[in-house]
Amino acid sequence: MENRPLEYDYSVAKMFMLSTVVLGIVGMLVGVILAWQLAFPGANLFLGEALGEYTNFSRLRPLHTDAVIFGFTLSGVFATWYYVGQRVLKVSMAESKLLMFLGKLHFWLYLVGVAAVVVSLVLGITTSKEYAEFEWPIDIAIVIVWVIWGLSIFGLIGIRRERSLYISIWYYIATFLGIAMLYLFNNMEVPTYFASGGIGAWYHSVSMYAGTNDALVQWWYGHNAVAFGFTVPIVAMIYYFLPKESGQAVYSYKLSLLSFWGLMFVYLWAGGHHLLFSTVPDWMQTMGSVFSIVLILPSWGSAINMLLTMKGEWQQVASSPLIKFMVLASTFYMFSTLEGPIQAIKSVNALAHFTDWIVGHVHDGVLGWVGFMIMAALFHMAPRVFKREIYSKSMMNSQFWIQTLGVILYFTSMWIAGITQGMMWRAHDEFGNLAYSFIDTVSVLHPYFTIRAVGGTLYLVGFLMFAWNMYKTMTAGRRVEESELQNATPMAA
Amino acid sequence: MDIATFQAYGYFFLTAFMVLVLYGYIWHLYTAKKKYGKDYEEYADIALHDDITDKPVEKISDEEKK
Repeated sequence: MENRPLEYDYSVAKMFMLSTVVLGIVGMLVGVILAWQLAFPGANLFLGEALGEYTNFSRLRPLHTDAVIFGFTLSGVFATWYYVGQRVLKVSMAESKLLMFLGKLHFWLYLVGVAAVVVSLVLGITTSKEYAEFEWPIDIAIVIVWVIWGLSIFGLIGIRRERSLYISIWYYIATFLGIAMLYLFNNMEVPTYFASGGIGAWYHSVSMYAGTNDALVQWWYGHNAVAFGFTVPIVAMIYYFLPKESGQAVYSYKLSLLSFWGLMFVYLWAGGHHLLFSTVPDWMQTMGSVFSIVLILPSWGSAINMLLTMKGEWQQVASSPLIKFMVLASTFYMFSTLEGPIQAIKSVNALAHFTDWIVGHVHDGVLGWVGFMIMAALFHMAPRVFKREIYSKSMMNSQFWIQTLGVILYFTSMWIAGITQGMMWRAHDEFGNLAYSFIDTVSVLHPYFTIRAVGGTLYLVGFLMFAWNMYKTMTAGRRVEESELQNATPMAA
Repeated sequence: MDIATFQAYGYFFLTAFMVLVLYGYIWHLYTAKKKYGKDYEEYADIALHDDITDKPVEKISDEEKK
Protein backbone atom coordinates (compact mmCIF):
# COMPACT_ATOMS: atom_id res chain seq x y z
CA MET A 1 0.00 0.00 0.00
CA GLU A 2 1.12 3.56 -0.65
CA ASN A 3 2.09 5.70 2.29
CA ARG A 4 -0.58 8.38 2.69
CA PRO A 5 -0.90 10.70 5.67
CA LEU A 6 -4.70 10.76 5.75
CA GLU A 7 -7.46 8.64 4.23
CA TYR A 8 -11.17 9.13 3.83
CA ASP A 9 -13.02 7.01 6.36
CA TYR A 10 -15.83 4.99 4.80
CA SER A 11 -16.97 3.00 7.88
CA VAL A 12 -20.41 4.64 7.97
CA ALA A 13 -20.76 4.59 4.17
CA LYS A 14 -20.13 0.82 4.24
CA MET A 15 -22.82 0.26 6.87
CA PHE A 16 -25.38 2.13 4.79
CA MET A 17 -24.28 0.31 1.62
CA LEU A 18 -25.15 -2.93 3.37
CA SER A 19 -28.58 -1.67 4.46
CA THR A 20 -29.22 -0.37 0.91
CA VAL A 21 -28.70 -3.85 -0.51
CA VAL A 22 -30.63 -5.71 2.21
CA LEU A 23 -33.59 -3.33 2.32
CA GLY A 24 -33.59 -3.19 -1.50
CA ILE A 25 -34.04 -6.96 -1.60
CA VAL A 26 -36.82 -6.81 1.02
CA GLY A 27 -38.69 -3.91 -0.65
CA MET A 28 -38.45 -5.33 -4.16
CA LEU A 29 -39.29 -8.89 -3.09
CA VAL A 30 -42.46 -7.65 -1.38
CA GLY A 31 -43.23 -5.60 -4.52
CA VAL A 32 -42.94 -8.69 -6.70
CA ILE A 33 -45.20 -10.69 -4.35
CA LEU A 34 -47.77 -7.87 -4.59
CA ALA A 35 -47.59 -7.86 -8.39
CA TRP A 36 -48.27 -11.62 -8.55
CA GLN A 37 -51.11 -11.20 -6.02
CA LEU A 38 -52.73 -8.62 -8.28
CA ALA A 39 -52.49 -10.98 -11.25
CA PHE A 40 -53.43 -14.12 -9.30
CA PRO A 41 -55.44 -13.26 -6.15
CA GLY A 42 -54.88 -16.77 -4.73
CA ALA A 43 -51.32 -15.61 -4.00
CA ASN A 44 -52.71 -13.50 -1.14
CA LEU A 45 -52.63 -16.73 0.86
CA PHE A 46 -49.21 -17.92 -0.30
CA LEU A 47 -48.27 -18.91 3.26
CA GLY A 48 -51.61 -20.54 3.99
CA GLU A 49 -54.92 -19.31 5.34
CA ALA A 50 -53.68 -19.12 8.93
CA LEU A 51 -51.17 -16.43 7.98
CA GLY A 52 -53.45 -14.75 5.46
CA GLU A 53 -53.77 -11.72 7.71
CA TYR A 54 -50.07 -11.00 7.27
CA THR A 55 -49.63 -11.93 3.62
CA ASN A 56 -52.57 -10.22 1.95
CA PHE A 57 -52.09 -7.33 -0.46
CA SER A 58 -53.30 -4.55 1.79
CA ARG A 59 -51.06 -5.58 4.69
CA LEU A 60 -47.97 -5.89 2.49
CA ARG A 61 -48.47 -2.85 0.27
CA PRO A 62 -47.22 -0.19 2.73
CA LEU A 63 -44.33 -2.48 3.58
CA HIS A 64 -43.30 -2.43 -0.10
CA THR A 65 -43.59 1.34 -0.57
CA ASP A 66 -41.97 2.23 2.74
CA ALA A 67 -39.17 -0.35 2.34
CA VAL A 68 -38.16 1.03 -1.05
CA ILE A 69 -38.61 4.70 -0.11
CA PHE A 70 -37.36 4.86 3.46
CA GLY A 71 -35.28 1.68 3.37
CA PHE A 72 -33.56 1.19 0.02
CA THR A 73 -33.55 4.77 -1.28
CA LEU A 74 -32.76 6.57 1.97
CA SER A 75 -30.00 4.07 2.80
CA GLY A 76 -28.56 4.74 -0.65
CA VAL A 77 -28.79 8.48 -0.03
CA PHE A 78 -27.02 8.14 3.33
CA ALA A 79 -24.37 5.75 1.94
CA THR A 80 -23.53 8.15 -0.89
CA TRP A 81 -23.59 11.16 1.43
CA TYR A 82 -20.99 9.60 3.74
CA TYR A 83 -18.89 8.89 0.65
CA VAL A 84 -19.41 11.93 -1.60
CA GLY A 85 -19.61 14.42 1.30
CA GLN A 86 -16.08 13.69 2.49
CA ARG A 87 -14.59 13.67 -1.01
CA VAL A 88 -15.96 16.91 -2.40
CA LEU A 89 -15.45 18.76 0.90
CA LYS A 90 -11.93 17.21 1.08
CA VAL A 91 -12.18 16.29 4.72
CA SER A 92 -12.09 12.85 6.32
CA MET A 93 -14.57 11.58 8.90
CA ALA A 94 -11.48 10.26 10.70
CA GLU A 95 -10.57 13.87 11.50
CA SER A 96 -13.48 14.28 13.89
CA LYS A 97 -14.35 11.79 16.61
CA LEU A 98 -17.69 13.55 17.10
CA LEU A 99 -18.70 13.22 13.46
CA MET A 100 -17.68 9.59 13.44
CA PHE A 101 -19.77 8.96 16.56
CA LEU A 102 -22.75 10.81 15.05
CA GLY A 103 -22.40 8.85 11.80
CA LYS A 104 -22.48 5.51 13.59
CA LEU A 105 -25.29 6.61 15.87
CA HIS A 106 -27.17 7.71 12.75
CA PHE A 107 -26.86 4.21 11.29
CA TRP A 108 -27.83 2.24 14.41
CA LEU A 109 -30.80 4.46 15.30
CA TYR A 110 -31.92 4.29 11.68
CA LEU A 111 -31.82 0.51 11.93
CA VAL A 112 -33.93 0.60 15.11
CA GLY A 113 -36.42 2.81 13.24
CA VAL A 114 -36.51 0.36 10.31
CA ALA A 115 -37.18 -2.56 12.68
CA ALA A 116 -39.99 -0.65 14.38
CA VAL A 117 -41.54 0.21 10.99
CA VAL A 118 -41.37 -3.37 9.71
CA VAL A 119 -42.89 -4.84 12.88
CA SER A 120 -45.67 -2.25 13.15
CA LEU A 121 -46.64 -2.50 9.48
CA VAL A 122 -46.69 -6.30 9.52
CA LEU A 123 -48.93 -6.12 12.60
CA GLY A 124 -51.19 -3.72 10.74
CA ILE A 125 -50.50 -0.71 12.97
CA THR A 126 -50.77 2.31 10.69
CA THR A 127 -52.03 5.89 10.52
CA SER A 128 -53.47 5.05 7.06
CA LYS A 129 -51.76 8.06 5.44
CA GLU A 130 -49.93 7.00 2.30
CA TYR A 131 -46.11 6.99 2.72
CA ALA A 132 -46.72 8.41 6.22
CA GLU A 133 -48.10 5.26 7.83
CA PHE A 134 -45.90 5.35 10.92
CA GLU A 135 -47.51 6.05 14.30
CA TRP A 136 -46.28 8.89 16.45
CA PRO A 137 -43.58 7.10 18.52
CA ILE A 138 -41.87 6.00 15.29
CA ASP A 139 -42.26 9.50 13.86
CA ILE A 140 -40.39 10.91 16.84
CA ALA A 141 -37.60 8.35 16.36
CA ILE A 142 -37.38 9.26 12.66
CA VAL A 143 -37.11 12.95 13.49
CA ILE A 144 -34.20 12.19 15.83
CA VAL A 145 -32.44 10.13 13.12
CA TRP A 146 -32.97 12.98 10.69
CA VAL A 147 -31.58 15.60 13.04
CA ILE A 148 -28.47 13.46 13.56
CA TRP A 149 -28.01 13.25 9.80
CA GLY A 150 -28.31 17.05 9.67
CA LEU A 151 -25.63 17.38 12.33
CA SER A 152 -23.40 15.11 10.25
CA ILE A 153 -23.97 17.16 7.11
CA PHE A 154 -23.39 20.56 8.65
CA GLY A 155 -20.60 19.24 10.89
CA LEU A 156 -18.68 17.96 7.89
CA ILE A 157 -19.32 21.19 5.99
CA GLY A 158 -18.06 23.10 9.02
CA ILE A 159 -14.61 21.47 8.95
CA ARG A 160 -14.19 21.34 5.15
CA ARG A 161 -11.06 22.34 3.25
CA GLU A 162 -12.84 23.14 -0.03
CA ARG A 163 -14.44 26.56 0.28
CA SER A 164 -17.12 26.19 -2.38
CA LEU A 165 -19.83 23.58 -1.93
CA TYR A 166 -19.98 21.29 -4.96
CA ILE A 167 -23.42 21.13 -6.60
CA SER A 168 -24.13 17.68 -5.10
CA ILE A 169 -23.78 19.14 -1.60
CA TRP A 170 -26.50 21.67 -2.37
CA TYR A 171 -28.76 18.84 -3.41
CA TYR A 172 -28.00 16.85 -0.24
CA ILE A 173 -28.73 19.93 1.91
CA ALA A 174 -32.01 20.42 0.04
CA THR A 175 -32.91 16.77 0.69
CA PHE A 176 -32.28 17.27 4.39
CA LEU A 177 -34.24 20.52 4.69
CA GLY A 178 -37.04 19.51 2.32
CA ILE A 179 -37.84 16.17 3.98
CA ALA A 180 -37.52 17.73 7.45
CA MET A 181 -40.17 20.33 6.64
CA LEU A 182 -42.49 17.93 4.80
CA TYR A 183 -42.27 15.17 7.36
CA LEU A 184 -42.94 17.44 10.33
CA PHE A 185 -45.99 19.11 8.84
CA ASN A 186 -47.63 16.03 7.37
CA ASN A 187 -47.12 13.96 10.50
CA MET A 188 -48.71 16.42 12.91
CA GLU A 189 -50.99 14.03 14.73
CA VAL A 190 -53.06 13.76 17.87
CA PRO A 191 -52.24 10.75 20.12
CA THR A 192 -55.79 9.58 20.81
CA TYR A 193 -54.99 7.74 24.05
CA PHE A 194 -53.60 10.85 25.70
CA ALA A 195 -56.07 13.29 24.15
CA SER A 196 -59.06 11.18 25.22
CA GLY A 197 -57.88 10.36 28.71
CA GLY A 198 -57.04 6.71 28.14
CA ILE A 199 -59.18 5.34 25.29
CA GLY A 200 -57.62 2.93 22.78
CA ALA A 201 -54.01 1.96 22.22
CA TRP A 202 -51.27 4.28 23.52
CA TYR A 203 -49.48 4.39 20.17
CA HIS A 204 -52.51 5.26 18.05
CA SER A 205 -53.08 8.72 16.60
CA VAL A 206 -55.21 10.65 14.13
CA SER A 207 -54.12 13.41 11.79
CA MET A 208 -54.29 16.94 13.16
CA TYR A 209 -55.88 18.06 9.89
CA ALA A 210 -59.34 17.11 8.72
CA GLY A 211 -61.03 16.43 5.38
CA THR A 212 -59.81 18.41 2.39
CA ASN A 213 -57.08 20.11 4.43
CA ASP A 214 -55.70 16.71 5.32
CA ALA A 215 -55.73 15.70 1.66
CA LEU A 216 -53.93 18.91 0.70
CA VAL A 217 -51.19 18.51 3.28
CA GLN A 218 -50.91 14.80 2.50
CA TRP A 219 -50.32 15.38 -1.23
CA TRP A 220 -48.11 18.37 -0.68
CA TYR A 221 -46.09 15.84 1.33
CA GLY A 222 -46.65 12.85 -0.93
CA HIS A 223 -45.56 14.56 -4.11
CA ASN A 224 -42.62 16.27 -2.47
CA ALA A 225 -41.49 13.01 -0.94
CA VAL A 226 -40.96 12.10 -4.60
CA ALA A 227 -39.21 15.45 -5.06
CA PHE A 228 -36.89 15.37 -2.08
CA GLY A 229 -36.54 11.60 -1.72
CA PHE A 230 -36.53 10.31 -5.31
CA THR A 231 -35.27 13.30 -7.27
CA VAL A 232 -33.11 15.77 -5.37
CA PRO A 233 -30.69 13.30 -3.70
CA ILE A 234 -30.51 11.16 -6.84
CA VAL A 235 -29.56 14.25 -8.84
CA ALA A 236 -26.91 14.86 -6.16
CA MET A 237 -25.56 11.38 -6.91
CA ILE A 238 -25.47 11.68 -10.69
CA TYR A 239 -23.75 15.10 -10.53
CA TYR A 240 -20.92 13.44 -8.68
CA PHE A 241 -20.74 9.86 -9.95
CA LEU A 242 -21.19 10.38 -13.71
CA PRO A 243 -18.42 13.04 -14.05
CA LYS A 244 -16.15 11.06 -11.72
CA GLU A 245 -16.63 7.71 -13.43
CA SER A 246 -16.33 9.14 -16.95
CA GLY A 247 -13.52 11.58 -16.11
CA GLN A 248 -15.51 14.37 -17.76
CA ALA A 249 -16.28 17.65 -15.95
CA VAL A 250 -19.99 18.55 -15.68
CA TYR A 251 -20.92 19.97 -19.10
CA SER A 252 -22.18 23.27 -17.64
CA TYR A 253 -21.73 23.98 -13.96
CA LYS A 254 -23.75 27.19 -14.36
CA LEU A 255 -26.68 25.20 -15.73
CA SER A 256 -26.43 22.85 -12.73
CA LEU A 257 -26.82 25.82 -10.36
CA LEU A 258 -29.68 27.30 -12.32
CA SER A 259 -31.50 23.96 -12.48
CA PHE A 260 -31.03 23.56 -8.75
CA TRP A 261 -32.74 26.82 -7.85
CA GLY A 262 -35.40 26.23 -10.51
CA LEU A 263 -36.20 22.80 -9.05
CA MET A 264 -36.31 24.18 -5.50
CA PHE A 265 -38.73 26.91 -6.44
CA VAL A 266 -41.06 24.94 -8.68
CA TYR A 267 -41.33 21.48 -7.13
CA LEU A 268 -43.09 22.49 -3.92
CA TRP A 269 -46.11 23.86 -5.79
CA ALA A 270 -46.84 20.85 -7.98
CA GLY A 271 -48.43 18.50 -5.39
CA GLY A 272 -51.94 19.78 -6.14
CA HIS A 273 -51.97 17.66 -9.31
CA HIS A 274 -52.72 14.62 -7.12
CA LEU A 275 -56.05 16.21 -6.23
CA LEU A 276 -57.40 17.20 -9.63
CA PHE A 277 -61.21 17.00 -9.80
CA SER A 278 -61.40 16.64 -6.02
CA THR A 279 -62.78 19.00 -3.35
CA VAL A 280 -59.76 21.31 -3.21
CA PRO A 281 -60.18 24.84 -4.67
CA ASP A 282 -60.05 24.94 -8.46
CA TRP A 283 -57.22 27.50 -8.55
CA MET A 284 -55.05 25.13 -6.52
CA GLN A 285 -55.67 22.34 -8.99
CA THR A 286 -54.76 24.64 -11.87
CA MET A 287 -51.64 25.80 -10.02
CA GLY A 288 -50.63 22.15 -9.48
CA SER A 289 -51.02 21.49 -13.21
CA VAL A 290 -49.16 24.61 -14.30
CA PHE A 291 -46.24 24.11 -11.94
CA SER A 292 -46.00 20.46 -13.03
CA ILE A 293 -45.53 21.58 -16.64
CA VAL A 294 -42.97 24.24 -15.65
CA LEU A 295 -41.13 21.51 -13.75
CA ILE A 296 -39.99 20.01 -17.04
CA LEU A 297 -37.47 22.87 -17.40
CA PRO A 298 -35.30 22.39 -14.29
CA SER A 299 -35.62 18.59 -14.50
CA TRP A 300 -34.47 18.49 -18.10
CA GLY A 301 -31.84 21.12 -17.28
CA SER A 302 -30.10 18.56 -15.04
CA ALA A 303 -30.77 15.54 -17.25
CA ILE A 304 -29.52 17.19 -20.45
CA ASN A 305 -26.52 18.51 -18.54
CA MET A 306 -25.69 14.93 -17.64
CA LEU A 307 -26.09 13.61 -21.16
CA LEU A 308 -23.96 16.48 -22.53
CA THR A 309 -21.31 15.65 -19.93
CA MET A 310 -20.76 12.50 -22.02
CA LYS A 311 -20.15 14.63 -25.15
CA GLY A 312 -17.28 13.18 -27.16
CA GLU A 313 -17.08 10.21 -24.79
CA TRP A 314 -20.07 8.18 -25.88
CA GLN A 315 -17.86 5.13 -26.53
CA GLN A 316 -17.79 4.77 -22.74
CA VAL A 317 -21.49 3.91 -22.79
CA ALA A 318 -20.68 0.88 -24.91
CA SER A 319 -17.60 -0.15 -22.98
CA SER A 320 -18.62 0.47 -19.36
CA PRO A 321 -21.71 -1.10 -17.80
CA LEU A 322 -21.46 1.46 -15.00
CA ILE A 323 -21.78 4.37 -17.44
CA LYS A 324 -24.65 2.47 -19.09
CA PHE A 325 -26.54 2.38 -15.79
CA MET A 326 -26.09 6.12 -15.26
CA VAL A 327 -26.90 7.20 -18.80
CA LEU A 328 -30.02 5.06 -18.76
CA ALA A 329 -30.91 6.49 -15.33
CA SER A 330 -30.60 10.01 -16.71
CA THR A 331 -32.69 9.05 -19.74
CA PHE A 332 -35.39 7.56 -17.52
CA TYR A 333 -35.30 10.76 -15.45
CA MET A 334 -36.04 12.76 -18.60
CA PHE A 335 -38.72 10.30 -19.58
CA SER A 336 -40.57 10.27 -16.27
CA THR A 337 -40.27 14.05 -15.78
CA LEU A 338 -42.02 14.48 -19.12
CA GLU A 339 -44.60 11.77 -18.45
CA GLY A 340 -45.51 13.23 -15.02
CA PRO A 341 -46.38 16.72 -16.34
CA ILE A 342 -48.41 15.15 -19.18
CA GLN A 343 -50.43 13.21 -16.58
CA ALA A 344 -50.90 16.43 -14.60
CA ILE A 345 -52.74 18.14 -17.47
CA LYS A 346 -56.37 18.18 -16.39
CA SER A 347 -57.84 16.58 -19.53
CA VAL A 348 -55.23 13.80 -19.50
CA ASN A 349 -55.68 13.33 -15.77
CA ALA A 350 -59.40 12.85 -16.26
CA LEU A 351 -58.47 9.63 -18.03
CA ALA A 352 -55.34 8.67 -16.11
CA HIS A 353 -56.34 9.31 -12.50
CA PHE A 354 -56.63 6.17 -10.32
CA THR A 355 -55.53 3.96 -13.22
CA ASP A 356 -52.44 1.77 -13.57
CA TRP A 357 -50.81 4.36 -15.83
CA ILE A 358 -49.93 6.25 -12.63
CA VAL A 359 -48.39 3.09 -11.17
CA GLY A 360 -46.42 2.68 -14.41
CA HIS A 361 -45.19 6.29 -14.17
CA VAL A 362 -43.97 5.85 -10.62
CA HIS A 363 -42.13 2.68 -11.54
CA ASP A 364 -40.36 3.94 -14.66
CA GLY A 365 -39.10 6.69 -12.35
CA VAL A 366 -38.05 4.54 -9.41
CA LEU A 367 -36.85 1.44 -11.26
CA GLY A 368 -35.23 3.24 -14.19
CA TRP A 369 -33.97 6.39 -12.47
CA VAL A 370 -33.68 5.90 -8.71
CA GLY A 371 -32.80 2.18 -8.69
CA PHE A 372 -30.31 2.35 -11.56
CA MET A 373 -28.58 5.42 -10.13
CA ILE A 374 -28.26 4.02 -6.61
CA MET A 375 -26.88 0.71 -7.90
CA ALA A 376 -24.44 2.59 -10.16
CA ALA A 377 -23.32 4.71 -7.21
CA LEU A 378 -22.70 1.61 -5.09
CA PHE A 379 -20.85 -0.09 -7.95
CA HIS A 380 -18.59 2.98 -8.21
CA MET A 381 -18.08 3.15 -4.45
CA ALA A 382 -17.41 -0.56 -3.80
CA PRO A 383 -13.85 -0.74 -5.19
CA ARG A 384 -12.97 2.49 -3.41
CA VAL A 385 -14.30 1.54 -0.01
CA PHE A 386 -13.25 -2.13 -0.09
CA LYS A 387 -10.05 -1.54 -2.11
CA ARG A 388 -11.04 -4.38 -4.42
CA GLU A 389 -12.07 -4.42 -8.07
CA ILE A 390 -15.64 -5.22 -9.11
CA TYR A 391 -15.97 -8.98 -9.10
CA SER A 392 -17.68 -9.43 -12.47
CA LYS A 393 -18.19 -6.99 -15.34
CA SER A 394 -20.09 -9.54 -17.41
CA MET A 395 -22.54 -10.07 -14.56
CA MET A 396 -23.06 -6.29 -14.44
CA ASN A 397 -23.78 -6.28 -18.17
CA SER A 398 -26.27 -9.14 -17.87
CA GLN A 399 -27.89 -7.43 -14.89
CA PHE A 400 -28.25 -4.22 -16.89
CA TRP A 401 -30.08 -5.90 -19.77
CA ILE A 402 -32.27 -8.09 -17.54
CA GLN A 403 -33.36 -5.10 -15.47
CA THR A 404 -33.84 -2.84 -18.50
CA LEU A 405 -36.12 -5.48 -20.01
CA GLY A 406 -37.92 -5.69 -16.64
CA VAL A 407 -38.53 -1.92 -16.50
CA ILE A 408 -39.76 -1.82 -20.09
CA LEU A 409 -42.20 -4.70 -19.52
CA TYR A 410 -43.37 -2.98 -16.33
CA PHE A 411 -44.17 0.44 -17.70
CA THR A 412 -45.46 -0.61 -21.12
CA SER A 413 -47.92 -3.09 -19.57
CA MET A 414 -49.09 -0.43 -17.12
CA TRP A 415 -49.54 2.13 -19.90
CA ILE A 416 -51.80 -0.22 -21.81
CA ALA A 417 -53.57 -1.36 -18.65
CA GLY A 418 -54.05 2.21 -17.39
CA ILE A 419 -55.38 3.67 -20.61
CA THR A 420 -57.65 0.66 -21.19
CA GLN A 421 -58.94 1.02 -17.63
CA GLY A 422 -59.54 4.78 -18.02
CA MET A 423 -61.38 4.31 -21.31
CA MET A 424 -63.55 1.49 -19.96
CA TRP A 425 -64.43 3.36 -16.78
CA ARG A 426 -65.88 6.28 -18.64
CA ALA A 427 -67.42 4.47 -21.61
CA HIS A 428 -71.20 4.81 -21.69
CA ASP A 429 -74.15 4.12 -23.94
CA GLU A 430 -76.40 6.71 -25.61
CA PHE A 431 -78.46 7.04 -22.40
CA GLY A 432 -75.44 7.74 -20.19
CA ASN A 433 -75.37 4.31 -18.55
CA LEU A 434 -71.87 3.02 -17.85
CA ALA A 435 -70.89 0.43 -20.44
CA TYR A 436 -68.74 -1.68 -18.12
CA SER A 437 -68.68 -2.74 -14.50
CA PHE A 438 -65.45 -2.74 -12.50
CA ILE A 439 -64.98 -6.51 -12.82
CA ASP A 440 -65.05 -6.18 -16.65
CA THR A 441 -61.92 -4.06 -16.47
CA VAL A 442 -60.26 -6.52 -14.08
CA SER A 443 -60.74 -9.41 -16.53
CA VAL A 444 -59.42 -7.38 -19.47
CA LEU A 445 -56.35 -6.25 -17.52
CA HIS A 446 -55.29 -9.70 -16.35
CA PRO A 447 -52.66 -10.30 -19.08
CA TYR A 448 -51.07 -6.90 -18.44
CA PHE A 449 -50.96 -7.53 -14.70
CA THR A 450 -49.14 -10.78 -15.43
CA ILE A 451 -46.66 -9.02 -17.73
CA ARG A 452 -46.05 -6.46 -14.98
CA ALA A 453 -45.34 -9.23 -12.48
CA VAL A 454 -42.87 -10.79 -14.93
CA GLY A 455 -41.18 -7.39 -15.42
CA GLY A 456 -40.93 -6.85 -11.67
CA THR A 457 -39.53 -10.35 -11.19
CA LEU A 458 -36.83 -9.67 -13.81
CA TYR A 459 -35.88 -6.47 -11.99
CA LEU A 460 -35.65 -8.39 -8.70
CA VAL A 461 -33.47 -11.08 -10.36
CA GLY A 462 -31.17 -8.27 -11.56
CA PHE A 463 -31.07 -6.80 -8.08
CA LEU A 464 -30.08 -10.17 -6.61
CA MET A 465 -27.26 -10.32 -9.20
CA PHE A 466 -26.21 -6.86 -8.03
CA ALA A 467 -26.24 -8.01 -4.39
CA TRP A 468 -24.19 -11.10 -5.26
CA ASN A 469 -21.69 -9.03 -7.28
CA MET A 470 -21.31 -6.59 -4.38
CA TYR A 471 -20.82 -9.44 -1.91
CA LYS A 472 -18.19 -11.12 -4.09
CA THR A 473 -16.46 -7.76 -4.69
CA MET A 474 -16.26 -7.23 -0.94
CA THR A 475 -14.94 -10.72 -0.20
CA ALA A 476 -13.19 -12.06 -3.29
CA GLY A 477 -12.36 -9.17 -5.68
CA ARG A 478 -8.72 -8.60 -6.66
CA ARG A 479 -7.08 -6.05 -4.36
CA VAL A 480 -6.37 -2.69 -6.00
CA GLU A 481 -4.13 0.28 -5.20
CA GLU A 482 -5.34 3.87 -4.86
CA SER A 483 -3.69 4.72 -8.20
CA GLU A 484 -6.11 2.37 -10.02
CA LEU A 485 -9.11 4.21 -8.63
CA GLN A 486 -8.89 7.58 -10.36
CA ASN A 487 -11.85 7.53 -12.74
CA ALA A 488 -13.14 4.41 -14.49
CA THR A 489 -13.95 1.74 -11.90
CA PRO A 490 -11.72 -1.36 -12.16
CA MET A 491 -13.72 -4.48 -13.06
CA ALA A 492 -12.74 -8.09 -13.61
CA ALA A 493 -14.11 -9.61 -16.81
CA MET B 1 -59.59 47.79 -3.99
CA ASP B 2 -61.13 44.50 -2.86
CA ILE B 3 -59.00 41.59 -1.66
CA ALA B 4 -59.24 39.65 -4.94
CA THR B 5 -57.93 42.61 -6.98
CA PHE B 6 -55.18 43.14 -4.44
CA GLN B 7 -54.22 39.45 -4.70
CA ALA B 8 -54.17 39.64 -8.49
CA TYR B 9 -51.81 42.66 -8.45
CA GLY B 10 -49.69 40.97 -5.80
CA TYR B 11 -49.53 37.79 -7.87
CA PHE B 12 -48.53 39.69 -11.01
CA PHE B 13 -45.80 41.73 -9.37
CA LEU B 14 -44.43 38.77 -7.41
CA THR B 15 -44.19 36.74 -10.63
CA ALA B 16 -42.49 39.66 -12.42
CA PHE B 17 -40.09 40.01 -9.49
CA MET B 18 -39.25 36.28 -9.50
CA VAL B 19 -38.60 36.40 -13.25
CA LEU B 20 -36.25 39.35 -12.70
CA VAL B 21 -34.44 37.47 -9.92
CA LEU B 22 -34.07 34.42 -12.18
CA TYR B 23 -32.73 36.39 -15.13
CA GLY B 24 -30.54 38.45 -12.78
CA TYR B 25 -29.02 35.21 -11.50
CA ILE B 26 -28.36 33.94 -15.03
CA TRP B 27 -26.79 37.33 -15.86
CA HIS B 28 -24.61 37.09 -12.78
CA LEU B 29 -23.48 33.53 -13.60
CA TYR B 30 -22.45 34.47 -17.12
CA THR B 31 -20.79 37.82 -16.35
CA ALA B 32 -19.04 36.88 -13.10
CA LYS B 33 -15.92 35.71 -14.93
CA LYS B 34 -15.47 39.03 -16.74
CA LYS B 35 -16.46 41.23 -13.80
CA TYR B 36 -14.89 39.52 -10.79
CA GLY B 37 -12.70 36.83 -12.36
CA LYS B 38 -14.96 34.16 -10.83
CA ASP B 39 -15.37 31.23 -13.21
CA TYR B 40 -18.20 28.99 -12.05
CA GLU B 41 -17.10 26.22 -14.42
CA GLU B 42 -13.96 25.71 -12.32
CA TYR B 43 -16.08 24.27 -9.52
CA ALA B 44 -16.83 21.25 -11.74
CA ASP B 45 -13.25 20.18 -10.97
CA ILE B 46 -14.17 19.64 -7.31
CA ALA B 47 -15.64 16.24 -8.26
CA LEU B 48 -12.79 15.25 -10.57
CA HIS B 49 -9.93 16.15 -8.19
CA ASP B 50 -11.41 14.85 -4.97
CA ASP B 51 -8.62 12.77 -3.49
CA ILE B 52 -7.68 13.80 0.02
CA THR B 53 -4.20 14.66 -1.28
CA ASP B 54 -5.56 16.84 -4.14
CA LYS B 55 -5.31 20.61 -3.88
CA PRO B 56 -8.73 22.20 -3.20
CA VAL B 57 -10.12 24.24 -6.10
CA GLU B 58 -10.69 27.10 -3.65
CA LYS B 59 -9.02 26.52 -0.30
CA ILE B 60 -10.49 27.73 2.99
CA SER B 61 -7.74 29.82 4.60
CA ASP B 62 -6.56 29.14 8.14
CA GLU B 63 -8.00 32.49 9.35
CA GLU B 64 -11.45 31.51 8.13
CA LYS B 65 -11.18 28.22 10.00
CA LYS B 66 -10.77 30.14 13.27
